[in-house]
Amino acid sequence: MTRIESRLHVPEVPARPGEEPDFSYVRISPAGAVPRPPIGVAVRETVPLAEDLIRVLDDEGAAIGPWDPKLPPDTLRAGLREMLLTRVFDDRMQRTQRQGRISFYVRSWGEEAVSVAAAHALRTGDMLFPSYRNQGLFIGRGTPVLDLMCQLLSNTRDMCKGRQLPVMYHDATRRLFSISGNLATQYPQAVGWAMAAAIKGEDHIAAAWVGEGSTAEADFHHAMLFAKVYRAPVVLNVVNNQWAISTFQGYAGGEQRSFAARGPGLGLAGLRVDGNDFLAVYAATAWAAERARAGHGATLIEHVTYRAGAHSTSDDPSRYRPKDEFPAWPLGDPVERLKKHLIGLGEWDDTRHAALLAELETEVAAAWKQAMSFGTNNDGARLDPALMFDDVFKVLPPHLEAQRAELEAELAAARDAGAAT
Amino acid sequence: MTAMSMVQALNSAMEVMLARDPRVVILGEDVGYFGGVFRATEGLQSRYGAHRVIDTPIAEGGIVGAAIGMAANGLRPVAEIQFADYIYPAYDQIVSELARMRYRSAAAFTAPVTIRTPCGGGIRGGQTHSQSPEGVFAHVSGLKVVMPSNPYDAKGMLIAAIEDDDPVIFFEPKRLYNGPFDGDPHKAAESWAGHPMGDVPEGHYTVPIGKAAVVRAGNAVTVVTYGTMVHVCLAAVADLGLDAEVVDVRSMVPLDIDTLAASVAKTGRCLIAHEATRFGGYGAELSASLQERCFWHLQAPIQRVAGWDTPYPHAFEWEYFPGRLRVRRALEALMQVSA
Repeated sequence: MTRIESRLHVPEVPARPGEEPDFSYVRISPAGAVPRPPIGVAVRETVPLAEDLIRVLDDEGAAIGPWDPKLPPDTLRAGLREMLLTRVFDDRMQRTQRQGRISFYVRSWGEEAVSVAAAHALRTGDMLFPSYRNQGLFIGRGTPVLDLMCQLLSNTRDMCKGRQLPVMYHDATRRLFSISGNLATQYPQAVGWAMAAAIKGEDHIAAAWVGEGSTAEADFHHAMLFAKVYRAPVVLNVVNNQWAISTFQGYAGGEQRSFAARGPGLGLAGLRVDGNDFLAVYAATAWAAERARAGHGATLIEHVTYRAGAHSTSDDPSRYRPKDEFPAWPLGDPVERLKKHLIGLGEWDDTRHAALLAELETEVAAAWKQAMSFGTNNDGARLDPALMFDDVFKVLPPHLEAQRAELEAELAAARDAGAAT
Repeated sequence: MTAMSMVQALNSAMEVMLARDPRVVILGEDVGYFGGVFRATEGLQSRYGAHRVIDTPIAEGGIVGAAIGMAANGLRPVAEIQFADYIYPAYDQIVSELARMRYRSAAAFTAPVTIRTPCGGGIRGGQTHSQSPEGVFAHVSGLKVVMPSNPYDAKGMLIAAIEDDDPVIFFEPKRLYNGPFDGDPHKAAESWAGHPMGDVPEGHYTVPIGKAAVVRAGNAVTVVTYGTMVHVCLAAVADLGLDAEVVDVRSMVPLDIDTLAASVAKTGRCLIAHEATRFGGYGAELSASLQERCFWHLQAPIQRVAGWDTPYPHAFEWEYFPGRLRVRRALEALMQVSA
């Protein structure tokens, strides 16, 4: 009696807990099969590229087809190292959160290629607007993991001076914009940054990242429209990792239509890319960057990948999707695929890989020890709480000056009370 | 009666209304299969179907806009905005549309939408998971704005909100979801079990919107507060052994000024406490309204305790939060003044 007759369409989730993983909905093109048009191609010519899947690495780990960026082995090894470093760093930080050392963490497990390959394909002068799952952009641009750890700890060396939730990094020197916990807000900002570069006559471009879930926000559409109208030199990335917390990508509009297809729909070039293929991500990003820099306008790139872990340390995916889906994910593991490619080239082997892994684990452990020496959540040195009043404005206004004095009196009273007992 | 946490009480309110009224639908991010990131809608989709407990895209403006359309077409939507910090993309829909639909159409169209949203700090959420924007919405004509401080009120007020023919912004102090909080972060978390207001009827009942509650009677001073701060203020008053009257506002709009003013006229002293930032905050409205009514009874200027006028900083949560010490110091100062 409480059920009503309904004609509403409710997106079908392929598999729930206890069921077999089902990725039959993911449309996959063979490696090397998608043509690579010249960078100045008309937007309508990219319509098929936005529905097919650009892939370079085949199942045997060979690089094939027109999108092969033919990178030197040193670049491939650097990419492998940074993806692996991202993963080792993520695993370690996840554990420290479980130990109560940091309040919150977000891993990028399984999505490392999306960030690290892009960091290599873009120029150092290009401005990046990361989301909270793009730590690989920071690592790929050389931000020391020590700096990231100090932010996670909100300690005396925290770049955000204790003001931001863990993982909301920035690195102005390396041109990585301040991360927002609000979704898609940076998308139009990246377009504006790119418009300013065009106004100033610079050849830098901007790039921004959102998850497929965040494409639902109005800011996503504002960004695409401004990018189209002003032909802004920007690369707009959608990381389609299939899940927005518990909500499957079908609820973001992914059923029967790619996210990349929204590019041509709004007048931007669109590319749909195998996000777990380092070479494909590199090649697509480089193509879009060159197109933007040459004045042909923006590109929307969809990176098809899989969120192997939980949304964050506050999430439990076993409540809404099958356990162990990642091994069934048809596009594999980005680290393993690049490793296999390098081994196939004769430029890598299992012994060197094991040595690299051990080296990175040591490096991360040493950085963590150093980071903790600058204070943690629970003990050690601490930022001065009065710092919370700085940077609300450039110059502290009188009412905040009064509040800061009030806080200092309160803290002194607390110390006196503590001393008395 | 059953012992319920605030989350369970809210869940029970929605369950009661889904069962009673086929027009009631629930929509929001992760509210369906998953049952909500705070578990407030747990089990509702499996019992009432994916057509009445609806997972949505991550688009707060879309959620509220769609809820307005559903309400205009005869449904009773209960929209969840996952954190109050994420309500701003829906601000235009709320302020320009939801609040004024009845007014601008001379009641030809109305939008009885309830928007539930967790607010407040104390969970190490930093600046994007800790805000208390009730004042921002109380300032908008045409919205009812409420915030319960315990499970009993939460259920009764949510049912009243869903049954209300006007839009209601329903703020849920998330620090109170699983237990009362007296402001001491170092103490083990308390549960609602055993708390008198954690005893909740299983069926339908309402707690009327627009009524404040005197949660502690006294004669020396009136503490006007709401949400998490009700419990913090009660603890501070107990610390000092003060004969204070503590009033839980519960409903910012409409405001039960009679109950508040009667108390302040009786005690002659008033402290207003909220978590939200102070400048232009809801406390300013309380202070002005009480001063207008009670000026000749006052023995001291009305004082406010609030969050500092900064964003909510992650590392300095307890230096930011208007805790027991800040309330005690304000009360002590207030008691020393004589007219």
